[in-house]
Parts: sequence; structure tokens; C-alpha cells
Amino acid sequence: MSGYTGDPRIRLQELLPWVIALAAFFVLPEYLSLGARILTYILWALSLDLILGYAGIITLGHSAFFGLGAYTAGILGAKYGVTDPFLQLLAAAVAAALLGIATGALILRTKALTLLMLTLAITAILLEIANKASWLTGGADGLSGVQVAPILGLFKFDLFGRTAFIYCLVALFLSWLLVRRLIYSPFGAMLTGIRENTARMHAVGAPVYWRLVLVYTLSATLAGIAGALLTQVNQFVGLNVLGLEPSGDLLVMLILGGVGRLYGAFVGPVVYLIAQDYLAKQYPEYWYFGIGVLLIVVVLFARGGILGLLDKWLQPLSRPRSSARASAR
Amino acid sequence: MAATALETEKLCKSFGALTVADNIAFRLAPGARHALIGPNGAGKTTFVNMLTGAIAPSSGSILLGGEDITKVNQAARVRRGLGRTFQITTLFRKLPVLDNVALGIAERDGVARRVWKPASKHREIIDEASALLTTLGLAGDARTPVQDLPYGRQRLVEIAIALGLKPKVLLLDEPAAGVPSQDSHHVLDVLGALPADIAILIIEHDMDLVFRFASRITVLVQGQILVEGTPQEIAADRRVRDVYLGEATHA
Repeated sequence: MSGYTGDPRIRLQELLPWVIALAAFFVLPEYLSLGARILTYILWALSLDLILGYAGIITLGHSAFFGLGAYTAGILGAKYGVTDPFLQLLAAAVAAALLGIATGALILRTKALTLLMLTLAITAILLEIANKASWLTGGADGLSGVQVAPILGLFKFDLFGRTAFIYCLVALFLSWLLVRRLIYSPFGAMLTGIRENTARMHAVGAPVYWRLVLVYTLSATLAGIAGALLTQVNQFVGLNVLGLEPSGDLLVMLILGGVGRLYGAFVGPVVYLIAQDYLAKQYPEYWYFGIGVLLIVVVLFARGGILGLLDKWLQPLSRPRSSARASAR
Repeated sequence: MAATALETEKLCKSFGALTVADNIAFRLAPGARHALIGPNGAGKTTFVNMLTGAIAPSSGSILLGGEDITKVNQAARVRRGLGRTFQITTLFRKLPVLDNVALGIAERDGVARRVWKPASKHREIIDEASALLTTLGLAGDARTPVQDLPYGRQRLVEIAIALGLKPKVLLLDEPAAGVPSQDSHHVLDVLGALPADIAILIIEHDMDLVFRFASRITVLVQGQILVEGTPQEIAADRRVRDVYLGEATHA
């Protein structure tokens, strides 16, 4: 629980994702490419949780930033010979941040369905541009041959995804530290306030619009970095990083894991992408059916996502004090 | 300090052909305990919404401490010292009582923009919020989510948030609305103990509360000020009896 009554210390179970990731690195060497992909999606989901789960900004266009980041890194590496991975990340982050501030300033005065449609429109426009400007983006064939130099000149991206996995893990860890700090800070508490009651935030004198533009830009930046990581891992970018479909997939992942819980962004992509990987191998034609069933089950029986369900089961054990209070009333 | 805390000049508002505020000239003295009453549809809510900046007047001006704030937006008016409570509780329902108050104090202090130090380590904010809750008798509920409080206590949280902003002028929009009558004395106690230097304008239907709390009363009827005076003058005024008090006793 964040906010002024929260406890900002890192709890033991919060280290679990990192222990699992490191264990996976040693135990499942043949799955590291999938692992690296999952890590980039976790980072992307984390950026969505920041605006959707904390600030309450509803969006179907988060792929705009992910896709822009992915294409920025890809174009630099394939067409302009900028192969340093950090330079590519930086460029992707800047591009996504600029798009975030520009579109955020434009659309964040609107709410609900209008906002949803505008976010969708923006990523649809980008998809169309990426599709048409094939001299730059490779169009429908995608952009292959993205060059990524060894990290710090030392660690080459290998065929088994070992470097890619650790690289993505470090990027995710740093982003997690940042986002966690932010959520527990007064700024994070203020975002929760906007989500819970925007009218009240206006009435305590908060410049709500500017705060939303700020957090939207920050989220866009992280999404851009996640997109660039995906490009570097795959050494390829395709149109599937833009438009409604990836945005929808991401939303499903976050809802699956649990919105506004920080770690829902970790659980969701892991479950979704592993399920997708497994189902696509077993039932190549019907794998979306399995995902659909999963989502229906979660929405019907676990409103807070998988983490919400865990919370419900563990709550009687971990919070005897508050339940005693509740029954005393 | 300016001679008036809050003032309106020739304030008008119409929605199409319907005039809901007609040339309102209103003055709130520093430290005033002033009530605004009037029958349903008199334009009280519209008037308050213009004062807070929720809606823009068609013409006329609003001055806070002598400065024209007609064009200033809602949040900026709050930062200049114009606080309000809502007729219908407008709270962060899922958040603890302390957070409800702390969010406001953090905005006033400029702490709300800080992104690094955890909120719960900002002792200055938490101590101030706790002290405020203590004076309102809410200390025991500090960690309870607002939605778990009885409605009467939620009304007090509404007042606590407004006080946390250290307003120079406080607009109380029906602070006792929806409070069970056996609890309304709590609200009255709190109102009676508010700092004397805050100028207060209360909009209220509970005549008992109005006459006990206010030292001046303005009666609004059909968007116009009918009369203004002390509670005795208002109680004795025949026109007021006709348009308002008579109707209120029927209701």
C-alpha cells in the first residue's frame, strides 16, 4: 500500500520476481529468448500500470510509444548504422517521450470513451505510417537486419538469448526501482488521488491536467524503451508492435495480472506469453481461444486479476488486525 | 488585509433565457460567519459554483481579498486561499482518512510534486494531518478507509480536507446535509470551533444550524439578493417569511 499511511520498505515477496528470473536464467537456458521477450513486455505493462492503474488514464493506444521506440531503435540499427544499444535506447526513449508529451497535451483534457478513441486513433495513424513508409520501415515485410553492437563493446547478443535476457532484466530492474519510488512518493499518492476522485483533486488545488501530461510522458518513455528492447532482442521490427492489437494484448495482460498493483504487470505478461507460447505450439489455429477463456475466467472470478485473487486468499492470514477492526464495527 | 475577504460585483449568469444569477453584489467580511439561504432553485449552487470557478459567470466579477479572480481557474483559486466543501461528499473513498487530508496539505505545501522520498516519510505532512484530525475528533479513524466511516464522520473529513488547505475564505456547501439529526451537533461543534480568522460562507437548509452559526444572513431568491441582515432582522423580515421560511416549515 502506497500513500501517506503506507510502508515504503521493500518486502521479501517483492524480491520474488528477481529470484525467479535469475533462477530461470540458469535452469531454463533453452527458453531465454522467450524470457527476454517476456521481460520487455513486463516493462511495457509496468508503464501501462503507471497511467492506467495509478493515474486512471484509460488507453488503447499504448502501442504508439512501444512501436515508436521499437522502430526508432530498428531504423537506427538497420538504416543509419547507429548500433550502440544504449544510444538506440536513448533515441527510442526521447522519441517516445516527445510523442507522449505532444499527444498527452492534446488528449488528456478528455475523458472516458473520447480519450479511449483518441488514444486508439494515434496508434492507428502510426501503424498506417509504418505500413506506407516502407522505404524506411520495411512496410508489411518488417525491418530485418537490425544491427546491435555488443553491450559496452563486451557482451555480444548471442543466439541463445543469454546476453539479451540479462540486458533486459537489468533494464527492467532499474525501471522497476524508478516506478516503485514514484508510486510511493507524494507524486504517486497524488496520482492515486486523481484516479479516485478527480473533482476532489481540483478542489484541493492540484493542476490535474499538467500532472497527467507529466505521468503520461513518463509512461510513454518507459514504453518506448521497452519497444527498443524488443527490437534489440529480435533484431527485427514488424508492424505487429503498432495499432490496436498489441495495445489490446497488453491491456489483457495487465488485467490478467491485476491493475494498479505494480506486480500485476509482472504476473500478467508471464502467464499470458507462456500460455500463448504453449498454446500456439499445441493448437496453432486456436491459441486465442485459450487466451479468451483465461480472460473470461479472470474477469468473472478474479476482478483484481491473479494478484487480486491471491490477496483475497492470503488476506485472512496476513491481516488479522484490520479484520478484527472491521468485525468490531 | 483587504476590507473584504470575498466580493462579487454585478455577477450575472444565464443559461439561455433562464437567468439564475441576476446582478449579485455580495460581500463577505474577513472572519465573517455568513450564511446564504434561499428556497430551492434560488441559484445558491450556481452562485457557489461561480465563486469556486466551476462555472464561468456571464458577466460581472469576483474578487478574493481585493484581487480580481474572475478569470482564474478553480485549482488556482484554491491555491490563493479559497477553500470549499461539497454538498455531496467528494472524498477519496478507498483511501484512509489520513491520506484524504494529507493529499490536500501536500498540494498546499508543494510537496505533491515530489517524486523521490516516500510519502510516508514526509513527517511534516503527516503530523499536520494528524493534528487536524485530532482537533476534529477523527484521530482514531486516521487509518480507516473513508468509505467505512459513518456518513456523519465523512462530512467531518470533508471539512478536514478544506481546513488542511489553510483557506482564507471557506465555502461550506450544506455541511450537515445527510447527517442524521442526532449527529448534527457534532458538525455544529466543529463549525463553532473553526479558526476565527477564516471568513466562512455557509449554504445550508437546516435553519436551526444557520441561526446558531451565522452572524449575518443573505437571502437569495430567483437569482437576486432579496435581503441581507443579522439573524434577528432576517427572522423578523416579512418577505423572507413569505418566500422562504413559510415554505421551509411546510417541507
